[in-house]
Amino acid sequence: MSNGTKKGYSVPIGPIHPALKEPILFTFTMNGEKVEEVDFAPGKAHRGIEWMGMRRNPVQIVHLTDRICGICGVSHTLAFSRAVEQVAEIEVPERGHYVRTIIAEYERIQSHLLWAGVAAHELGFDTLFFLAWRVREESMDVIELLTGNRVNYGIIQVGGVRRDITEDQFPRIEASLRYYEDLLGKMLELFLHDTTITMRCRNTGLMNRREALELCTVGPTARASGLNLDVRQDSPYAAYGDLDVRAVMPEQYLGEAYGDVYDRIVVRLLEVKQSVEIIRQCLDMMPPGPVQFETKIPKLLATCKKAVGEAVGRVEAPRGEALHYVRMDGHENPQTWKVKASTYSNQMSWLKMLRGEQLADVPIIVASIDPCMSCTDRVTVVRDGHSDVMTKEGLHRLSVEKTRRLMQ
Amino acid sequence: MTTMFGIDMLAVVGGIVAITVFGIVAGLVFLGIDRKVTAHMQARIGPPIRQPFRDFLKLLCKDSSVPENAIPWIFNGAPLLALASSIVILLYLPIGSFLPVFGSYGDLILVMYLLTIPALAMVGGGFASGSPYATVGSQREMVTMISYEFPLAIAIIAIAWRLSVAGIADPFSIGTIAANPVWGVAGPLGIIGFLILLVVLTWVTPAELSRVPCDTPEAETELAGGLLVEYSGRNLALFSLASGVKTVAMASLAVALFLPWNVSSFVALSPVVAYGADFAFYLVKLFAVIFFSVSIIRVGMARFRITHVVSVYWGYLAGLGLIGLLFIVLDTALGAGVIA
Repeated sequence: MSNGTKKGYSVPIGPIHPALKEPILFTFTMNGEKVEEVDFAPGKAHRGIEWMGMRRNPVQIVHLTDRICGICGVSHTLAFSRAVEQVAEIEVPERGHYVRTIIAEYERIQSHLLWAGVAAHELGFDTLFFLAWRVREESMDVIELLTGNRVNYGIIQVGGVRRDITEDQFPRIEASLRYYEDLLGKMLELFLHDTTITMRCRNTGLMNRREALELCTVGPTARASGLNLDVRQDSPYAAYGDLDVRAVMPEQYLGEAYGDVYDRIVVRLLEVKQSVEIIRQCLDMMPPGPVQFETKIPKLLATCKKAVGEAVGRVEAPRGEALHYVRMDGHENPQTWKVKASTYSNQMSWLKMLRGEQLADVPIIVASIDPCMSCTDRVTVVRDGHSDVMTKEGLHRLSVEKTRRLMQ
Repeated sequence: MTTMFGIDMLAVVGGIVAITVFGIVAGLVFLGIDRKVTAHMQARIGPPIRQPFRDFLKLLCKDSSVPENAIPWIFNGAPLLALASSIVILLYLPIGSFLPVFGSYGDLILVMYLLTIPALAMVGGGFASGSPYATVGSQREMVTMISYEFPLAIAIIAIAWRLSVAGIADPFSIGTIAANPVWGVAGPLGIIGFLILLVVLTWVTPAELSRVPCDTPEAETELAGGLLVEYSGRNLALFSLASGVKTVAMASLAVALFLPWNVSSFVALSPVVAYGADFAFYLVKLFAVIFFSVSIIRVGMARFRITHVVSVYWGYLAGLGLIGLLFIVLDTALGAGVIA
């Protein structure tokens, strides 16, 4: 097709489309099968969670944070709890840290396997999709055993965790760890040595190290481009300081990082193995003792109420760094609570990755950063019935006005 | 003369009705079997085999909506054309030991052209639906057609040419090919050549039927159904029938070309039993072809990018076909004593 003069046509993908697991609108300007230009509009899954949170106390908020994301709820709760604990100077018992680590790592396992299945489905490889989601059940079962829930675990509390992991649960945990260890070789073989997957993913959605750095990407997306960053390694929280945690880089498996979709698969699959190792270390090193700073909720709330100050809680969620900012001013409710999910940092890399790619690769590239829109959508501007985009200048003006109001 | 003509006409009309019913029922049954078998291979239970029938009936109850910017007569005509042309293909192919209804009016070359018509109908319907997804799907379908036509032609021509060299009259006639299995005509080198062509045909089938890895024109996760995206209700039901009939037609073509044996030619049976046995054996052969060229490939692969479809079919499969052809030529030359 020689269409040097032909004007490109536009293809909208979203807000609802089989390629997308959550609502977001992409608009592609196409030339034949090639993506010329791309724009996206998030904000379709805004639920006003921060607004609700600022009208509730921290103990109530942890149940909201669990529901920010259906997959990485623990990461958000952990990040929020860490922020509040820093403000209120709450010391979490050692064993509580270990339980938090174990749950966080199980969450990572199930999240990465869920993603692997979605990725296979985006590539049209449904057999692998069914396989990945079947083996994911094992981690869901263990999570149910440990927390009582399969989704929205509700185990993390400000100042510790609400349930302990007991000795009699260890054999079941150990069995699941062995299950995943045995499985990993097979998964690597199926995902990384399959001709069609290699053909579709190698050199697709490229982002080099410098671009990954400049776009402030986080998590597996950044690591696949060769950026050695992982909150668990760089500023350890929970029990990670005691454990041997090194960022998983694609070159450990293949010798070099390309920064393509294939490398993102490599990083996520290897992180499943890493999580298994971390959980095993936790089981070995778990000290005895209480798991909660204060079991009586009114006393815990009283401690939070006295707190004045601000803090940031950072957690390495399965998708990358999740950041919660909390400011307390001596009231029961936080004065300010701001959530920055990992997809918020990663989403701008879509523009770079998608430009010049084939339309066929759009779903897998979009999925390759493991987007979570309901985590990310913190604001949506709707005036007079139609939505609006905030510019940098507009946001700056608003924040200056807000600061003036606060200072009065 | 007039009575003879009348009886002929009656037989032809009866044949057409019988083949239409057979094509539709067998098509839906084989779609159901394919779904069940695939599900078991993926460690799922899968829907019951009668599910495609239920889906069809349900679609008939649904509204058939036509988009505002569609061209209604093409949009509504395309599914009819796809179904009708798929059935017509079956009329030129032998079913068990029943000879083709239209056997004396057309040959393999015609079948090859007829095979493109359902695809063209889908392309037309896609372009006429006025949706960017359907437009991209239609473009991809055209590219896919161009890609698989060449390897398919190589396979068909190689077989006819080998038969004509062996001194068999009317080599392109399907009756001739079915009556003279190529495996018996060729020597050892020729058999290698035909095995290679069988592999080529196995890979052409999913492309012809738009199944994984060549479901790029429909590509659920990319194009949300591609050229079928705007279709619903009765129109979509007709397309699903057409896809079933086309599956049977494509598998029957493979059976006629490569597996034409009948039970009755090995075992002496009374005529009625022979027809029944041959028909049952034919269904088994259809299942084998669909299992190997649709179900297994579909379970084991991801979807191709459209550029991959072109390079795989024009490059690798056409190359493979030519190698097969070369073997057959060598075999013929040896047989004729040109080289020896």
